[in-house]
Amino acid sequence: MIALLRKQRYFIDYTLGTMMRHKGKSLGLLSVYTLIIFMLASVMLFSHAMRSEAVALLANSPEIVVQRIQAGRSVMVPADYLQRIGKLRGVTEKRGRLWGYYYDPAVKANYTVMASEQDQLSITDIVIGEGIARTRGLSIGDYLTLRSHQGKAFSFRVLRLLESDSELISSDLLLMNPQGYRQLFGLDESLYTDLVLSVRNPREIQKIAEKLTRLLPDSRPILRSEILRTYESLFSWRQGVMLILLLGSVLAFVIFAWDKASGLSAEERKEIGILKAVGWETGEVMRMKFWEGVIISLMAFLIGYLAAYLHVFYTSAGLFEPVLKGWSVLYPRFQLTPSVDGLQLATLFFFTVLPYTLATIVPVWRTSITDPDLVMR
Amino acid sequence: MLIELTDVRKAFNQGKPNEFWAIQGITTQFEVNRISCLKGASGSGKTTLMSMIGCLSRPTSGRIRLQDRTISSLPERFLTQIRRHTFGFIFQRFNLIPGLSVVENIMLPAYPLGLKASRLRGRAERLLEQFLLADKASNPVEWLSGGEAQRVAICRALINDPQILIADEPTANLDSRLSREFMALLDQLSKAGKTVLISSHDPVVFDSPCVDRVVELEDGLMVAGER
Ligand SMILES: Nc1ncnc2c1ncn2[C@@H]1O[C@H](COP(=O)(O)OP(=O)(O)O)[C@@H](O)[C@H]1O
Ligand SMILES: [Mg+2]
Repeated sequence: MIALLRKQRYFIDYTLGTMMRHKGKSLGLLSVYTLIIFMLASVMLFSHAMRSEAVALLANSPEIVVQRIQAGRSVMVPADYLQRIGKLRGVTEKRGRLWGYYYDPAVKANYTVMASEQDQLSITDIVIGEGIARTRGLSIGDYLTLRSHQGKAFSFRVLRLLESDSELISSDLLLMNPQGYRQLFGLDESLYTDLVLSVRNPREIQKIAEKLTRLLPDSRPILRSEILRTYESLFSWRQGVMLILLLGSVLAFVIFAWDKASGLSAEERKEIGILKAVGWETGEVMRMKFWEGVIISLMAFLIGYLAAYLHVFYTSAGLFEPVLKGWSVLYPRFQLTPSVDGLQLATLFFFTVLPYTLATIVPVWRTSITDPDLVMR
Repeated sequence: MLIELTDVRKAFNQGKPNEFWAIQGITTQFEVNRISCLKGASGSGKTTLMSMIGCLSRPTSGRIRLQDRTISSLPERFLTQIRRHTFGFIFQRFNLIPGLSVVENIMLPAYPLGLKASRLRGRAERLLEQFLLADKASNPVEWLSGGEAQRVAICRALINDPQILIADEPTANLDSRLSREFMALLDQLSKAGKTVLISSHDPVVFDSPCVDRVVELEDGLMVAGER
């Protein structure tokens, strides 16, 4: 038993020595392989994180949002629609919301502006998300000047910064007093952006939505579950696009790996012949190459995955933000909440480390079962 | 009697248009504790015959017996075992592995035995002493002169203490002084109990007084040295 272990140690030592001797090849393989893992893992981690953010984003949102549609476009909702809805069974709360976007030319970004009644804000107070604070360099007590619809400058004092699990929710958010909102955007007292209804029993949602369309024929109720589905498919689609883009490089890698890892140089073939001639078994020669494959692919996997993790969660996936985030290039910089999906990790592992190791083994097997007498010549 | 060949034949590319019979029926015996030499021009089949005796390849037909065991029909696994424990090879171009040090090259055949590191090292060092290579132990083999590389190859052939040494044209890359020194080394080993099988077309080898028997090959057939 001890002899067996010692044997393995000799083989591993020998393998490491071999890799050091062929430094160029080993490093070349390792870096290309690492790069591929890095890209694949980045896409997977990013889209997974975005999906989790979307779920978190919608967790606190109301079950039904009611928009008003005029000539096929959504327009402001008159406040008396709340009365027209009246009392619906199952609806625990109904209110009008005021929200919209403010384009800040100073940082070339859109802020999501929302009127908030809960925060007891005075007309000049605002609460901002960390993304805005970061890009504008604002802290509590500082003033932010926004231009009204008439071009008049309004100064707001930062009362507080928003905190949230998910920066995607809060990063570009700007909360203000409803009165302040109406003044800034020139909005009448009698109008809201949309209405929201809270429903306690999810099974009643569909029926309430149907009632709403009957009560308010020009309204469009949007259900939370529908939004969730849209997000899901949006992220899956984007991930798919990225993966297709990556397919090219993956193919290139496969060819490269086949060529480098599997194609044995004359020198390596001779080495195998020598080892066999001096008494190594076919299995022992293969084990050596197996360790080589395992070491390279595991190292590449760990380095690549770690780099992807840092890339996605510490640099906000800087490299493919434009492709994956697409819907708003003016979005303030944000940070994703680290989260790893075990299944994705396992999939990546099985589709990279395993085939690579096999690819290295097969040609060695073919070489090492042939007669070693060639080395005599 | 130790090695017995009965009507051994070897074909390359059998059944194809370029079929070639390199060995065309050889029946002979090689004895223990002797130095036997296969003499013959290049292409006469020396390497092919020694490969089959050393279990590096199998005859197409005929039989090779080692002690009382027929080795010509054994499966690969057993051939490996025999190679590992019974034979030591000294190849024509030495076939040391570049990039490895002298001592690493020497220890190579012993790795599959799983010896204790200190014991393995001890064996290698004793051989290095014996063949005057102690100060070169950790040099890469590329730095060695022809004579030194030859002695490293001998050490590697001896590390598992085999009964039979097979040397294929071992003096082809040496000058005549080094060749004579090499024969002297073989003589020592033979006196220490090794059986030596050597191929050569170098008179320094086949005319050497320490060679007990010369077998002459021509086009895959024995033309002299029968007994
Ligand atoms: N793999 C092979 N395929 C075809 N012919 C071969 C092969 N190996 C050796 N031969 C031929 O067999 C003959 C004997 O070769 P070899 O045993 O190497 O001769 P020697 O060692 O005496 O120079 C030569 O004519 C050589 O060309
Ligand atoms: Mg030859």
